[in-house]
Amino acid sequence: MDLSFSSEQEILRKSVAEFLSKECSYEKVKEIEESAEGYSPKLWKKIAQLGWLEIILPEEFGGFGDPFINLIIIMEEIGKAAFPSPFFSTVVQSGLTILEGGSTAQKKDLLGKIVDGKLLMALAQYEQEASYLETGINLSAKLSGDDYILNGTKMFVIDANIADKLIVAAREDKGITLFLVDAGAKGIKCTKMPTIGMDNNCEVIFDNVKVSKADLIGEPGNGWKILQKAEAKIIVAKCGEMVGGCKASLDMTAAYAKERKQYGVPIGLFQVIQHYMSNMLLAYDTSVNYLYKVAWMIDENEDVTKEASALKAQVNEKYKFISERGVQIHGGVGTSREFDIGLFYRRAKAYEYVAGDSDYHYEKIAAALM
Amino acid sequence: MDFKLTEKQKALKREFDQFFEEVMKDAPPEYGRGGLEGVYATPEGFEFHLQVSKKLGEKGWLSRAWPKECGGEGAPLIEQLLFNESRESHRAPGVDLFGHGMFAPTLIIAANDEQKERLLTPLAKGKVSYCQGWSEPDSGSDLASLQTTAIKDGDNYIINGQKIWTTGGHRAECMFLLARTNPEEKRGKGLSVFHLRMDLPGITVRPILYMDGKHLYNEVFFKDVKIPAKDLIGTENEGWKLTRDTMNFERSGVGFFVEGREDLKELVDYVKTTKRNGKYLAEDPIIRQKIAKLFIDLEVGYTLAYKIAWLQGKGGLSFAASAASEAKVFGSELAERIANYATEIMGLYGQLSDSKWAPMNGSMVESYQFCMGITVAAGSSEIQRNIIAWTGLGLPRF
Repeated sequence: MDLSFSSEQEILRKSVAEFLSKECSYEKVKEIEESAEGYSPKLWKKIAQLGWLEIILPEEFGGFGDPFINLIIIMEEIGKAAFPSPFFSTVVQSGLTILEGGSTAQKKDLLGKIVDGKLLMALAQYEQEASYLETGINLSAKLSGDDYILNGTKMFVIDANIADKLIVAAREDKGITLFLVDAGAKGIKCTKMPTIGMDNNCEVIFDNVKVSKADLIGEPGNGWKILQKAEAKIIVAKCGEMVGGCKASLDMTAAYAKERKQYGVPIGLFQVIQHYMSNMLLAYDTSVNYLYKVAWMIDENEDVTKEASALKAQVNEKYKFISERGVQIHGGVGTSREFDIGLFYRRAKAYEYVAGDSDYHYEKIAAALM
Repeated sequence: MDFKLTEKQKALKREFDQFFEEVMKDAPPEYGRGGLEGVYATPEGFEFHLQVSKKLGEKGWLSRAWPKECGGEGAPLIEQLLFNESRESHRAPGVDLFGHGMFAPTLIIAANDEQKERLLTPLAKGKVSYCQGWSEPDSGSDLASLQTTAIKDGDNYIINGQKIWTTGGHRAECMFLLARTNPEEKRGKGLSVFHLRMDLPGITVRPILYMDGKHLYNEVFFKDVKIPAKDLIGTENEGWKLTRDTMNFERSGVGFFVEGREDLKELVDYVKTTKRNGKYLAEDPIIRQKIAKLFIDLEVGYTLAYKIAWLQGKGGLSFAASAASEAKVFGSELAERIANYATEIMGLYGQLSDSKWAPMNGSMVESYQFCMGITVAAGSSEIQRNIIAWTGLGLPRF
């Protein structure tokens, strides 16, 4: 047993952290949040050059064969910086789904373009009913000659407004099937929805959208299996980002509690603040250690269905808790746009829904145990 | 990063598991589900504890982690973790929380050679039992304010005062005592650590019954109790520092989480086999959610325990001090949640203790009561939270 990071991993973490603190201050984050694109194409180009987007690329496709833990390191630093970018939608959600279910040609082509920073992608799974389950997927795909015709509406598609291609989960005769669709295809209408995360959550309407039979990811009917397999890894990666947000909230709140004075002393001297903060640290430490345990299990090729669900439910609740206490301890300024703790308070709620909320994951755990 | 155990560690764990599985076949009914209640509440339970202790002593397992110069093997801390994990998951006794858990590390740090030979050897062999003489009626969390005195008188010390919440004081052969050797000094200054026998003239032990009527705790009164000066451990008046320095034993709290796992297994069996309103309890969405939440807490707590042990083994004590407090708070409060959820899930049956009708042999209703002792004892959750804020986050001390 050796729970330390390798020196390469330490260097990776440091380089990501340094880049983000130099290039994307919290001021910049707020500016990006307020833009229609919701990301910075300039920064995206830079992180592509730095090689971040290669992190999931297997050696056979020209990658370095990084362990899964390295992706978590990047996600954690992205979370600390509250960095708004299509990294999650493109590299994590779409990249991992392609790796799970795509053909060799698709992997080569799509992952290659992603790595070069030339392709943004989004995963379109949820619909109006907002179900995380297979039964929630009802967008129809009807075969007509050599094409499929897609009809229906996808909701909460992250980064659909900037994506070049979409992975669309649709209901075909054989069951759930994944389609690779050009975001600019005729009949697609994409509308960004205002959210607490000030992110790119979109409604995407498919009105007789034509997709070639060749543009399937996996076989007809095995889309749900692919989504489920990719989901565990997507969850763990998202939890990396969320745990990073926990850490940033904790650190900035501790710093504030040491500096802010009332009654002539730092508020961090008061036991009530100390106890809030010790609960926050406990929430963080239990989360971060479990995060790396589950990430390590993925590197060991173990089945992590139950553990990924436990991790997501844990991190959902703890991120909300830590950031909520963070705002409270900051007092009035914590509620302002000017201060940064609010970035994390809003993200904690927004990310709660990503790849399953706590109730969904509690049920998955219960199903596995009973 | 690698969470795997080595083959040697796995083999060791199997050896521990086999031993405890075998040993527990002889547990008398009075021992119940073990823990402090099992060991101290009945003479039969205590006798069983002593038997197991001797067996562990014969194997050399009580002192494996001690340094070689103190008669141990200098075994790595992670092996101590595996031992504790195995023992606690079997709910086995044999390790004296006070003697092996607290006093032995003190002796290792501070005892002279004569004391090491005289006091550590019986501990290593499992032939002696201890209780802890720290808390006083007016000195609980604020332990440094304690008032029991030990005044030097020629070759002796004369002890006067009172200790309280002395777990097992009615059964233990010896005590390790923290007393004021310099009454002129206040707080942490002027305190010293002693070894003494509980059968000395002038010592009176009175029971304090727990809320369920069981006898675990005691008050211990000292009236002109004379002990030889050779039983002072370490330097006179430096006892406070010594009590702070004895943290280099395994403090991961792994026991909370492995015991909790056993509880959860039994609870899952119970809900899968018990029907209410025509349905198995396991089909109830509220019950499913409670069980999922306990599973998560046990997972993250167990992982934290391993991290603490690993850090402690590496000598990362400053992190480990905060994290060990975290594990204690989290583990002890989790035990409360487990007992509360379990007894809620059981409905009316949740209140039954010693009855053929009691689910899980009444263990959960027992735990519901006893777990309150754990969030208070050995540094209450509130004191632990102060320590976490100070050492883990650098918030100012008051």
